[in-house]
Amino acid sequence: MNKEFISKSENSEDKKAVFKEFDAINQEMVAKAKEDMVKLVDVSVELDGRYILKDINLTVKRGEILVIIGSSGSGKSTLLKLIIGLLKPTSGQIWIDGKNITMIHEDDLNEIRLKMGMVFQYSALFDSMSIGDNVAFGLKEHTDLDESVIKEIVTEKLGLVDLKGIEDNMPNTLSGGMKKRVGLARAIAIDPQIVLYDEPTSGLDPINSKVIDELIVSTKKAIQATAVVVTHDIKSAFTISDRIAMLHEGSFVIMGTPEEVKKSENPVVKNFINGFVT
Amino acid sequence: MLSILSGIGNLIFQKLELFGQLVLLTIDTIKRLRFLDIKRLVKQMAHLGVDSLPIVLLTIFFTGVVITIQTAQEFIKYGAQSTVGGIVTIAMGRELAPVLTGVVMAGRVGAAITAELGSMKVTEQIDALRVMAVNPVAYLVVPRLIACIIMCPILVVFANVIGIIGSYIITTFYDSITTQMFINSIKVFVVPHDITGGMIKACFFGAIIAIVGCHKGLNTAEGAEGVGTATTESVVLSIILIFFFNCILSALLY
Repeated sequence: MNKEFISKSENSEDKKAVFKEFDAINQEMVAKAKEDMVKLVDVSVELDGRYILKDINLTVKRGEILVIIGSSGSGKSTLLKLIIGLLKPTSGQIWIDGKNITMIHEDDLNEIRLKMGMVFQYSALFDSMSIGDNVAFGLKEHTDLDESVIKEIVTEKLGLVDLKGIEDNMPNTLSGGMKKRVGLARAIAIDPQIVLYDEPTSGLDPINSKVIDELIVSTKKAIQATAVVVTHDIKSAFTISDRIAMLHEGSFVIMGTPEEVKKSENPVVKNFINGFVT
Repeated sequence: MLSILSGIGNLIFQKLELFGQLVLLTIDTIKRLRFLDIKRLVKQMAHLGVDSLPIVLLTIFFTGVVITIQTAQEFIKYGAQSTVGGIVTIAMGRELAPVLTGVVMAGRVGAAITAELGSMKVTEQIDALRVMAVNPVAYLVVPRLIACIIMCPILVVFANVIGIIGSYIITTFYDSITTQMFINSIKVFVVPHDITGGMIKACFFGAIIAIVGCHKGLNTAEGAEGVGTATTESVVLSIILIFFFNCILSALLY
């Protein structure tokens, strides 16, 4: 259609005007896309003939905490892996900070990943490295900072998760809750713009869960990062979220503020948040 | 009958697919050689190479002993005792030291690489590397490949020395084989290429062990059972490939 429009413009002045208009529209689109830190457009993931996710549309604004809830096997972790580029969608587009990452090469994707951090469900700490080296890993790999500066940053980040002084410990000496906190310190060490959390409170006692919830909120405030949290912990979801989206059988059944989700009359949502067995 | 043929066909396709994956991993690793970190390389050389020295020496020493026990008596019968040293050294340099070092390394190093990378895979540490914008091939495979390629031929040199020492110790029990005779036969029969050829073979065997070990580790299925299966497959496949490529390399080198 655009080509037709251009060809109809007879003189070069008209063509210039059309290109200017396109430019303006383009810039507007990029600016709009940049407002959205994460954007998924009609994303589907099919595995062995079964849809894990189907026609997912999702936007996460800059600085927002979006919590994705849903029962086990609903596609929550798959969604997170799509956002960080560990999985490719069968169809649809994924935009991160205004850049389409859907089909880009792993090496180009790494540039985008430098803007992101991820807290894994089982922490995924490097078990052959000390806690200090785990937290410093990203800084050592991607910056030219002096060892002393890196040490300071590690101390600061471990301080943020209330774990100062354990730099020389090995991961196998820590409890589950402590490992999650170290995982968070590692994820935020390079000051990412987006932090992804995969089941951050699963397997933790209520006190540790609360600590992690508070850390997610305080981390967002400290580094102004956008957060996408995947959880089936309803209490945690309502505590930390700006918005909640619920996945059910590969599709969103609701997306809105915590209040909107609480008031939802959708039986799937009601049953899930009230813990009813259907 | 049809199901048997289809089974054989499937098996061939699976093996071809595996071979293709190994070739692709090798190409990807070669492309990323520029990311080699010297510190990580030295660590891997110590872990994979130096730590393997005792088991390699032990294996080859006894091989030198046994091959001399088997050959010396027969050679003495035919009055060829003056050739024992040379024959054993050629066998050691061309075949026994590189192949047995390769087999021992496949069992020790290949298994260790697969188990380590497999554990990292099932505990999401490989995903963590990717999330932190670090390519697992550049970070994990490149130093292991180079370490194995460097350390295997060095181990073969030590293996040759200890194998010949083992052989010499046995010849001292035979009155008809003197020390001078043993040394002279080595001087007469053995040329440098007998040893360097074995070292070239060892470079290939090191590469096979590293690539197979890393491939099996990076593609480990979920769970502890997956790590166990991958480790076993890694050792078996490495040994098969070592024997297969040994035939080709022997034909090409000698």
